[in-house]
Amino acid sequence: MSEPARGPVRDVAIVAFGQSEHVPDSAETSEVEMLMPVLHDVLARTGLKARDIDFTCSGSSDYLAGRAFSFTMALDGVGAWPPISESHVEMDGAWALYEAWVKILTGEADTALVYAYGKSSPGDLREVLTRQLDPYYVAPLWPDSVALAALQAQALIDAGHTDARELATIGAHRRGRPDAAPGRQVVGPLRTGDCPPVVDGAAAVVLAAGDTARRLADRPAWIRGLDHRIEAHALGVRDLTDSPSTRLAAEHAGAFDAPVDVAELHAPFTSQEVVLRRALRLDAPGSTVRINPSGGALAANPVMAAGLIRLGEAAAAVQRGDADRALAHATSGPCLQQNLVAVLEGER
Amino acid sequence: MSEVLTAPLVVEFPFTRSLGPVQSAFLTGLRERTVLGVRARDGRVVVPPVEYDPVTADELRELVEVAPTGTVTTWAWNPSARRGQPLDTPFAWVLVRLDGADTALLHALDAPGPEAVRSGMRVRIRWAAERTGAITDIACFEPADDAAEQPHGRPHGGEFADPVTGITAPARLDYTYAPGRTQSRYIQGLAEHKTVGERCPACRKVYVPPRGACPTCGVATGEQVEVGPRGTVTTFCIVNIKARNLDIDVPYVYAHIALDGADLALHARIGGIPYDQVRMGLRVEPVWTEGARHPDHYRPTGEPDADYDSYKELI
Ligand SMILES: [Zn+2]
Repeated sequence: MSEPARGPVRDVAIVAFGQSEHVPDSAETSEVEMLMPVLHDVLARTGLKARDIDFTCSGSSDYLAGRAFSFTMALDGVGAWPPISESHVEMDGAWALYEAWVKILTGEADTALVYAYGKSSPGDLREVLTRQLDPYYVAPLWPDSVALAALQAQALIDAGHTDARELATIGAHRRGRPDAAPGRQVVGPLRTGDCPPVVDGAAAVVLAAGDTARRLADRPAWIRGLDHRIEAHALGVRDLTDSPSTRLAAEHAGAFDAPVDVAELHAPFTSQEVVLRRALRLDAPGSTVRINPSGGALAANPVMAAGLIRLGEAAAAVQRGDADRALAHATSGPCLQQNLVAVLEGER
Repeated sequence: MSEVLTAPLVVEFPFTRSLGPVQSAFLTGLRERTVLGVRARDGRVVVPPVEYDPVTADELRELVEVAPTGTVTTWAWNPSARRGQPLDTPFAWVLVRLDGADTALLHALDAPGPEAVRSGMRVRIRWAAERTGAITDIACFEPADDAAEQPHGRPHGGEFADPVTGITAPARLDYTYAPGRTQSRYIQGLAEHKTVGERCPACRKVYVPPRGACPTCGVATGEQVEVGPRGTVTTFCIVNIKARNLDIDVPYVYAHIALDGADLALHARIGGIPYDQVRMGLRVEPVWTEGARHPDHYRPTGEPDADYDSYKELI
């Protein structure tokens, strides 16, 4: 059976969060030009200089913009010379945050800068994302990201877990336009209102341990638990109406130990929000949780940064005092293949 | 505001991938119009088959032949086919659980419209006319209301004559490359045969080519500074192997060149001098050819060599 619950070995908090404006086309700026103002912003919030940061970790993908080793260019914006302690994941920045958190837990760092960016505008995102699929059985068919999400949505509808009307309502609310029409069909049953906008953007957070965190922020958002889990890569092996990996990550992160005030879910498609709410039991009777007050990925989905933004938005809600306990979720891969869950708390 | 440049960029690779024993049997089987699955540790027949158990990660080898007919478990209507997809007319993406299998396979279903598709409908494989041992040997699925279910698979040895041991999967992505403000300015300068670097406002170093940020200070470079055109060879190598598509006789010299006024060396070919006479400290200048977008090469200016101390920080 599962191990007894125990907290992290060090207290680590998100002490600052910043993000760019998310725009449909950022041809004006290179990655580093887009990222640098965000880095400066997030450092300014803590009063730290780049030199004060013990560890830097980033998430991005060269496939988005078709620029090889773009993360090394982006590092120029950090001020990486003379050499700094640095790492990169070819994943959403939420997983870069996970690596930085582990680094701090080991005691090798007290502060970390985590950032992520994605420029989808140079390519065709739906095609680019096919390249992450099984190269033997799936990628040769070029099933695009909307098509795969649509298969999941139809499975949910068939199972009676949602319907087109509920999906349209989710899409409209997350964009702050409750009366918006669901739009034209992209890949049925999904309509434009069910799909995330394709944008370019960047985000960054600063992590700090213990008293350093207390010094850098009035109300640090303490990471009480953080875990990520993955499911089989073959879509036909999985139950697409459920997300056991999210549930397992949430259990390990302690998400079910007490109710949360805010949940920031990384659901690029409306149907995926339905899956996540079920897996995380957010729709339980009497629940008062506010889901995606930021609008979530349906409002802005800079690929590779949108998951980190969920952690940042949840932390910002705690830092502002809007929440005492918040859940943040990030996803990667088709149809919620891999999921990360964090629980953040303010000191009461 | 400067005009920002863009250019088409195609990234294309013919990925060559080798197959494990289970994948080889499955793809060879498709070539022979036989669909194989593999029995997982929990007894389920997994189609398409995997080399390792999706739950326990145990090695799996027990192959099972399943039927070319099956049932749609979920579907999605694709009103406009995209490049590379199985059909070029509107079609449904489907997950199909083939008769005898316990998991579903992703493919396309040729149907006249979404009203003709539902979960639970019966379908059968339409084989491609030419089959090579690839997932595309299944051209697509087609409706098969009449096909009775054949619930059980049959054990199969997975042995075929001339088995497929690898696949070549072409991948092409099309981009519109946008180098951003800084590099656009640099390229526009080159169009006027000028090399324009940018100065860091903090440490005052001039970077060329500029990339938008000072890697030491982590701040934006903004002030444009024309450097060169003359410069000093800081270090070099002798190239003895002819590059494909490059019409330059070997051996030739490729060098790092610190342009006058720059704090970073750029690299270029050295010409107009025998390769074995190029040396550190050699003073050079750019040679432009008609219509070129960057200097073709650099040649000696005839000035005395630069002092080592004048460029040692730039090596
Ligand atoms: Zn500088």
